[in-house]
Amino acid sequence: MNRIFRVFLGCAALLAALPATAALQVLACEPEWGALVRALGGADVGVREATTARQDVHRVQARPSLIAAARRADLLVCSGAELEIGWLPVLLRQAGNPRILPGAPGYFEAAAVVNMLEVPTRVDRADGDVHPDGNPHIQTDPHNILKVADALAVRLAEIDPPNATGYAARHADFARRWRVAMTGWETRARPLAGMGVVVQHKAFAYLLHWPGLREIGAIEPKPGIEPSSASLAALLAGLATDPPRAILRAAYDDGRGSEWLAGKLGIPVVVLPFTVGGSERATDLFGLFDDTVDRLLAVAR
Amino acid sequence: MQTGLRRMLAPMLLIAQPALAGDASVAELRDELRLLRENYASRIAELERQIAGVEARAAAVTPPATAQRTAPARGNAFNPEISLTLQGAYRSMKNLAEREISGFAAAHGHDHEEGGEQRGFTLDHTELMLAANVDDRFRGVANLALIDDAVEVEEAWFQTLGLGHGLTVKGGRFLSAIGYANVQHPHAWDFADSSLMYRALFGEHGSYGQDGVQLSWVAPTELFIELGGEIGRGAGFPGTDRNGNGIGATTVFAHAGGDVGAASSWRAGLSWLGTRAAARESHYEDSLAGEEVVGAFSGRSRTWIADAVWKWAPDGNPAARNLTLQAEYFMRRESGDLACYEDPDEASGATACASQVDSRYRSRQSGWYAQAVYQFMPGWRIGARYDRLDSGSVDLGTNASNIEQADYRPTRSTLMVDWSPSEFSRIRLQAARDRSMQGVTDNQLWLQYVMSLGAHGAHAF
Repeated sequence: MNRIFRVFLGCAALLAALPATAALQVLACEPEWGALVRALGGADVGVREATTARQDVHRVQARPSLIAAARRADLLVCSGAELEIGWLPVLLRQAGNPRILPGAPGYFEAAAVVNMLEVPTRVDRADGDVHPDGNPHIQTDPHNILKVADALAVRLAEIDPPNATGYAARHADFARRWRVAMTGWETRARPLAGMGVVVQHKAFAYLLHWPGLREIGAIEPKPGIEPSSASLAALLAGLATDPPRAILRAAYDDGRGSEWLAGKLGIPVVVLPFTVGGSERATDLFGLFDDTVDRLLAVAR
Repeated sequence: MQTGLRRMLAPMLLIAQPALAGDASVAELRDELRLLRENYASRIAELERQIAGVEARAAAVTPPATAQRTAPARGNAFNPEISLTLQGAYRSMKNLAEREISGFAAAHGHDHEEGGEQRGFTLDHTELMLAANVDDRFRGVANLALIDDAVEVEEAWFQTLGLGHGLTVKGGRFLSAIGYANVQHPHAWDFADSSLMYRALFGEHGSYGQDGVQLSWVAPTELFIELGGEIGRGAGFPGTDRNGNGIGATTVFAHAGGDVGAASSWRAGLSWLGTRAAARESHYEDSLAGEEVVGAFSGRSRTWIADAVWKWAPDGNPAARNLTLQAEYFMRRESGDLACYEDPDEASGATACASQVDSRYRSRQSGWYAQAVYQFMPGWRIGARYDRLDSGSVDLGTNASNIEQADYRPTRSTLMVDWSPSEFSRIRLQAARDRSMQGVTDNQLWLQYVMSLGAHGAHAF
C-alpha cells in the first residue's frame, strides 16, 4: 500500500512541476464569446472554447477535457442565464479552481449585462426547457455583443492589470468598427422588418427582435421538446392564415422537422450560423452577422 | 354652451316646477339626465385610463433595484436545490428463494427484500437529494433513499469550493470514486440494474460508499489527469464494521481523459480498494448434509478496478445521436481465516460444521462487463451489456472438505431500450438472460420508470 502511495505522489509531483503558460487562460463556453475574447485580448490571452457551432450548447457533456481546461482557466466567459446548467456546474465542482467560481472575478456571465427577453412569468417543466432568467441566446443581437464587449474589456483589465492598456485599446478599436458594421447591417436589414418566420427552437428571440422579424411559430412544440408528427401537423394547420416566408434553424439543429414543414409550405429553410464557426463565412463575429443578414435577405426578396 | 346651460338647469327645473312638468317634458328631462350621466361616466373612464397609463410609465421608469427592495423579504431565498427521483418497475423473473451469485461471497446484513429481489410491480428507492453551497468555502449534499419503513442515507457530504491548485476535499458519506459506475446513482444507470461485477464487489446496492474523507487533485495539464485517495470507516462490503480507531478502508484512484477530434471523448481509470473484514458472514452449502452453513471471513480484502469509457456523437453533438462504450474489469484478492459454523437459528447438528471449524481463506477472483448504449434518434436509446465473472481460485484449507465450493463462471446478457421524452423522464424496457446462479437460467423482463422532479442538476461524464 505504501508503495502504491509513493507511485501516486511521484506522479503528482511530476505533473505539478510542469511550467504554466504566461498568457491569461480563458475558457469560453460558446464560440461567440471565444471570438470576442480573442478580439479584445489579442496575444495577451489564450482561448479555449468548450463547445463548437455544431453542438447544441444545452446538451454538452462535462467531458474530461473540459474539466482539465477549467482547472487551468483564469477566466470563464459564458452566456449564463442557466444556458449551461446541464454541464458547467459539474466542471466547476470537479476542476478545483476557485478563480472561476460564480462570484469570483474570473466568472463572467454575458447575460448579466444585457436586457433579457422572454423572461417567463410561470416556471413549470410542463412548459418544456424554460429558462427562469429569460431567453439565454443573447448573441444573435449585435447590440448585445457590444454591451458584452464593454463589460468584458473592463473585466479583462481587472484580472490582468499589466495588460490593461492593451485591452482598452483593442476594445476601443473593436467598438468603433462594430458600430460602423452595425449601421451597415441595420441599413441592409430594413426589408426584413415585419417578415414572418417559423423557428426551430426559441433560440432567435434577440435576432428577430433586432430587425423586427415576426415569429409565427416554432418547430419544437415546447422549448427543448422534440417535435412529433402530430405537433408538426398542428403547426402546419395553424400557419394557414399567416403563412411564413422562411423557417430558421441553427447549424446544430436536427433538420428533419424543418425540412418536412418547408416542403409542405413550399418555403425555404434558412440555416443560420447562430454562432462563430456555424458557417464558412462566420469565421469571426463580423462574419457571423454579415452572413446572418445576407441569408435572411436572400429569402426576403 | 347652450346644451351645457340646459343640462345645468334641467335638475333645478325639475325641482322648482314639478307641477308644471307635463309627461313629454319629463321624458325629455330623463333623456337629458341619462346623457349627462353617460357623458361623465365616459370622462371618468378616460381619466382612469390616463392615470393607469401614468402609473405604468412610472413603474417602468423605476429602477429594478428599487422594485426588488419593495418586494417582501422571503425566508426561503437560500433554500437548497431539491430533487426527487421516482423509480419503480414491473419485473418478471423466476421465483427463487435467494439470488446470490454462485462462487462469490455474498454481502449480508442488507437482505431486506427490495430492488432486484422483488417480482411483479415494485416501487424502488425514492431518491431525495438536497444540495447547496454552505458558505463561500463549502458545498453540502445529502441524498436520502426512501423505501417503506426505512430512510437510507446514501450520501451526506461536504466538499471544499476554494482550495485551489486543483485540490478538492470531500468529507462525510459519499460514493467512492473508484471505478467508473460506482459514483452513479441508480437513476443514472444505463440499465435497470447494476452490473454483476458491482453486485459481486459491493453487494445489492451495486456501489461502494465511504464514511470518510476524500482528497482529489486535477493536474494542470492539457490531458485530464485526476489523482486521489480516500480513507474511511470501511463498514461496507467487502469490509465489515470493526469498532476501532484508525482507518478501516483505503482507496486510491487515477483517472485520465481527453478528446479525440470533436466527435469523441474518453476516460480511463485505475483504482484500488483495501479494507479488512471481521467475521463477515456468508452462506455456504455444507458438503455432508447439503444444508446451509455460515462461513465467517476475517482478513484482508484488496480490489483492483480498471475502467474505460468512450463516448461518440456526430460533431460532438449528442442531441440527436450518440454512442457510449463502457467496460470495467476487477480483480479481488482476499486472505485471512474462515470460521465455518451452523446458523444458531437453523442448527441441525448434522452438518460438517456442527462444531465450528476454523481454516485459512485465500481467494483470487475476477470479472468484467462491457456495454454499449446507442441513441439512434432524439429520446430513444438501445443498449446491450454482457457480464462475466470468474470465481477463480478459493483456498479454504481444512474447510475445503466441509463446504461445497462452486467453481463457476456467472454470466448475464442484457438488452434494453429506453425512451426519454425529456431529460427528466425515462421509461425503459429491459430483457436479460441471467446465468449468475449455477444451474439456473433466469429470463427476466423489466419495465422501469425513472422520473426526476425539481432542480435536477448535471451528471458527470
